Amino acid sequence: MEVWNYFQNNQSDVLHWLWNNAWLAGVPLVVGFLLALPLGYLAFRYRWIYPPTVTATGLLYTIPSLALFILLPGVLHTKILNPLNVAVALTIYTLALLVRVVADALNAVPEEARNTATAMGYTPRQRLLGIELPLAVPVIAAGLRVAAVSNVSLVSVAAIIGVPQLGQLFTAGFQTFSNAPILLGLILVILLAFAFDAVILLIARALTPWQRIAQAR
Amino acid sequence: MDTSLSFANVIKWLNDPANWQGADGVIARLGQQVYYAIIAVAIAVVIAIPLGLVIGHTGRGVVVVAGMANALRAIPTFGLLIYLVVLISPKIHSRGDLPYLLPTEIVLVLLAIPPILTSTYSGVQNVDLDVRDAAKGMGMTGSQVVRKVELPNALPLVLSGTRSATLQVIATATVAAYVTLGGLGRYLVDGLSQLNDPHAGYPAMAAGAILVALLAIVADLLFAIAQRFLVPRGVSGRFPSAAKAAAPTSVSAGPVEVTVGPS
Repeated sequence: MEVWNYFQNNQSDVLHWLWNNAWLAGVPLVVGFLLALPLGYLAFRYRWIYPPTVTATGLLYTIPSLALFILLPGVLHTKILNPLNVAVALTIYTLALLVRVVADALNAVPEEARNTATAMGYTPRQRLLGIELPLAVPVIAAGLRVAAVSNVSLVSVAAIIGVPQLGQLFTAGFQTFSNAPILLGLILVILLAFAFDAVILLIARALTPWQRIAQAR
Repeated sequence: MDTSLSFANVIKWLNDPANWQGADGVIARLGQQVYYAIIAVAIAVVIAIPLGLVIGHTGRGVVVVAGMANALRAIPTFGLLIYLVVLISPKIHSRGDLPYLLPTEIVLVLLAIPPILTSTYSGVQNVDLDVRDAAKGMGMTGSQVVRKVELPNALPLVLSGTRSATLQVIATATVAAYVTLGGLGRYLVDGLSQLNDPHAGYPAMAAGAILVALLAIVADLLFAIAQRFLVPRGVSGRFPSAAKAAAPTSVSAGPVEVTVGPS
């Protein structure tokens, strides 16, 4: 197992890169999500905000990641090798994806549930936190999973601009034209993506106990 | 290293005619990038749309294809690109950039197929059952139903899938500059090794990045226009009466809206 040998020989580097990759993908995911919740709610609550939001986020989305990694230092006045550029770029992507998802998820809450809550005397705030958001969890979680997986894999592109993470294994493999580091990188990136995916799934499951009851019947 | 970069230098770079002409000028690089992208999207369309129509029409293979599309999404494109380059390029003994172009195009096609495929079959599956039954009732054969009813009705989704695929391909073709390919990505990769150069360093990188972003936005716009002209009015709902009917369905969490991450 060439791949295993490579891992053994470079264990400390690889684990360091894996850790960097995890936080470079994870922190933007959390920050982007926390920013997307209020923005998505506004786009849901005030309809006129929705079309410009979708257009603007769609536009952000079309910008290729490598271009964004390189343009951000000019805007943020950071150094080009600063990992912060990557984190900010991924936060922007996460936010762009999730604002729309949150708005759509809140929109998809059945009208009857909303009306029932109102009839039971829920204030709009109680209704949002107690009824609408919980019912929107599955759709929001689906969006989060897409964002998480794409974040993990986008981080590796940043190896081109020299930010140390798992993408380093790809550039190392290219420089020496050897398969082992590339395969190791592919395996670790995919495993990391699955790990993020599993965490989101578990949290979503814990937040929506009624879905399991419905399935059991 | 001075990255307290003024965008004035970037504007200056873009305004210099010398940067636009010649073999490594913007025009040539833009041409290469568009060329790489068009080949890949064209091949992907030829494979994915017929396949998607068949899968959508018969309903067979949906689970397999959806699973594969999801799995493919977890594979980092940059890693896949380099893996195939290292795997394939030593086996090609040819002059020019074919040893690098071929693996790159394979990756681009692999990336472009899933969004087109999934959007095509979910577009077909979304066609109202009554509409399909009516077509059959009128005596249409299976292939007539596909061509005259299912494809036109699925067209908005097919186009949006192709649009996502194109944007992904443009982004990944940029990354392909790392494996010595041409295209606008060259400015981004070459600038890095001479970051302090006041001309070919960061100004060139930022200019290249802006051009790539503009290219992506223009491609996006072209698809919006294509959507407008190719989709029959009865489907797009640009009739006053049909305008509302289709709207709420796209909100549901199902396979209706094909969510593709950024690239």
